[in-house]
Amino acid sequence: MAHSAVITGIGIVTAMGVGLEANWQALTDGSAPVVDADRFAPYPVHPAPEIDWSEQIPKRGDQRQMEAWQRLGTYAAGLALDDAGIKGDEALTGTMDMIVAAAGGERDVAVDAMILAEAAAGRNDIGVLINEKLTTELRPTLFLAQLSNLLAGNISIVHKVTGSSRTFMGEEGAAMSAVQTAVARIRAGQSTHALVGAAFNAEHPDMLLGYEMNRHLARGPWKPVAERASGEGGGLVAGSGGVFLVIEEARHAAARGAAVHAAIGPVTVDAGDADGTPSRLERLANETGLDDADMIVSANSGALARNAAEAALAAARWPERPVRAIANKTGHLREAQFPLAIAVAALSIAKGRPVAPLEAAEASAGGPPGTIGVVALGHQVAEAMVRISTPEQAR
Amino acid sequence: MSAVTDKAGRPLIAITGAGIVSPLGRGKTDNWAALTAGRSGIHRIARFPTDHLRTTIAGTVDFMTAPEDGSTALTYALAEAAALEALEEAGFSSDFGGPLFVAAPPVELEWHQRLSLDAEGAALGEGDAGYDRILAAARATPHPQHSGNVYFGSTALRLKEKTGARGLPVTLSTACASGATAIQLGAEAIRRGEAERALSVGTDGSVTAEALIRFSLLSALSTQNDVPEQASKPFSKDRDGFVMAEGAGAFVMETLESARARGATVLGILEGCGEKADDFHRTRSKPDGSPAIAAVNAALGDAGVAPSDIGYINAHGTSTPENDKMECLSLTEVFGEGLGGVPISSNKSMIGHTLTAAGAIEAVFSLMTIRTGTLPPTINHANPDPALALDCVPNEKRDAAVTRVLSNSFGFGGQNTCLVIAAEPA
Repeated sequence: MAHSAVITGIGIVTAMGVGLEANWQALTDGSAPVVDADRFAPYPVHPAPEIDWSEQIPKRGDQRQMEAWQRLGTYAAGLALDDAGIKGDEALTGTMDMIVAAAGGERDVAVDAMILAEAAAGRNDIGVLINEKLTTELRPTLFLAQLSNLLAGNISIVHKVTGSSRTFMGEEGAAMSAVQTAVARIRAGQSTHALVGAAFNAEHPDMLLGYEMNRHLARGPWKPVAERASGEGGGLVAGSGGVFLVIEEARHAAARGAAVHAAIGPVTVDAGDADGTPSRLERLANETGLDDADMIVSANSGALARNAAEAALAAARWPERPVRAIANKTGHLREAQFPLAIAVAALSIAKGRPVAPLEAAEASAGGPPGTIGVVALGHQVAEAMVRISTPEQAR
Repeated sequence: MSAVTDKAGRPLIAITGAGIVSPLGRGKTDNWAALTAGRSGIHRIARFPTDHLRTTIAGTVDFMTAPEDGSTALTYALAEAAALEALEEAGFSSDFGGPLFVAAPPVELEWHQRLSLDAEGAALGEGDAGYDRILAAARATPHPQHSGNVYFGSTALRLKEKTGARGLPVTLSTACASGATAIQLGAEAIRRGEAERALSVGTDGSVTAEALIRFSLLSALSTQNDVPEQASKPFSKDRDGFVMAEGAGAFVMETLESARARGATVLGILEGCGEKADDFHRTRSKPDGSPAIAAVNAALGDAGVAPSDIGYINAHGTSTPENDKMECLSLTEVFGEGLGGVPISSNKSMIGHTLTAAGAIEAVFSLMTIRTGTLPPTINHANPDPALALDCVPNEKRDAAVTRVLSNSFGFGGQNTCLVIAAEPA
């Protein structure tokens, strides 16, 4: 192998807190998850923490140009660049590749409600009504806060990452392909350092509505992931946050004296119908080489059918292996969940400590992990696996 | 037989299939006839009421799906048509077996869906109109029929099933450069040795009232509604914005070695891709044009060619005051005054701006330029902008033997992607 990939920067914002240390602390201290059960009842959500935006987005004008998901992502990207020691080094940011996984932004709920109310009151020229309201009521630059590729655009503007800018779409699968592509490009010598990640704002009715079209959301009192099947609703609890990784060619990192959190292997991905899920998961586990992993970090969404498919794989293949479902602490960050699980695995490797059990059903783990398998099933479609390890145990 | 690797030792990438749908029609034959005849596909919008709108024209594709099917259905139908044309030409049926890269517009629930959900909520006895009531309706009954409007990956997943592409398809957006990025991703996967072949598609069927209003609010659209077919006038002094349009373009790419081994017709070579992001502003380019210049140079460098090797430039040429000025400035920096005598024309003068699909559609037209020896014109060029010194192939097509084309794509959010497409080496 000509090149190998390592993780040199991690930026995390979740309900557990802002930054590496706050998140790591919450993953190891057995604390209860932060849940807001009221604001979007009957749906519990894991809210974003208190954030001083100006720490990573200094200009107020830039903050104003973004909706919440873009701010979360731009902030987390800044944290990752800081952590990697790249922030402000224009020779590095100007040649850095970027792949962001994103959906669309948030709609103006008040304007939508205005149109729905007038339509419900009996207006029959709906098309004209829509034109009338949207042309007069929408904030002119709202579109830029909604466009999928404008999270990447804002990261370019705020953090000067300009080597390249690509945005992948398609829920969890977008981030799976994003990390896969970044690692593959580095391993093939097509790229030396890349910023990869995503953000999700759960605290918006339109974002919840997307899940609820197929009734994926859990309702009522919050329960741990393993117990969701006995609760009301579809099992998924949404969470707000942003996660970015700096992935770098190993010699490139060494040459600039960068600290390495962990090595990251090739990402395997697939998608297909429900019947084929077990065989796809087996194939991915074989190709990724997870049977010697000390621990599995799961990017599980909590959605019931997919949760069951993943549990079946783990029970059959790794019955004794400790598994950590991050959603227990953060909820499901959709595009950001796979990067989050990778970040948590890399932190565990770097700290030389396993992640503590995140719910009663999770077995305790032994000593310092050398290899952690990250397993991700999208809440509806797409699967991915990757090996996160110490550089010595990289393949 | 010439070599099957490039100067850098990488596999040369053959284009063995190409497909297209645009406002000018379905398929390469009809499109090329209309494009080289200088026919415009821009017309008055009939799909939705245009009361209160500043722009009432577009290049909608009205011959693929019924208007009530909505934009997601149209976006898929366009993608499928272009992909199947490309696959058929390349000699693949429903067993493609390579990875799939789809540039597709963002999705969201359409207004008729929001309205019907709100009405369902009202019938359940829920309170005021709005999201609480819509969520109550969603909770009461599953709505899988709306999945295509909430899942951004749905177009690509459907297309994967249809074509037999392998693995998890990539859905991407780099705004108005998306179609070119889809091709770039396919080329990179082949160069990495991950696949012998790849299918890259750019599609966009998203001309809705709301999309039009959003671009209008950013003052991006032409308001020259009186004569729709004359509104898109790239490089003209009185250009005032782009005209939204719909369509799809697709390439089947594979290693030249594989194409020759299976006896496929090589339509051309995808020689190089280059990109560079701009950190200046969300909708405007850095005043010195350096990101666009860097993207052009990166594409030329990736192809291993010099500016003097380029015979024709397929412009991004949106007809906005900003784009055309910056594109001319950037290209002048690379190619020299008067763009070094290299002709450049804008397909958008005829088909409008197909947004997410544009880079792929224009790559198909670039390929056809090489294959036919005909440069498509820039129409509506009655009033040249004296500040733009370039040969835009005004108004009439031109015969010219061209072996190598540069195709530019620039987008909001600082996106700049360029492709170099060449004839098969002798």
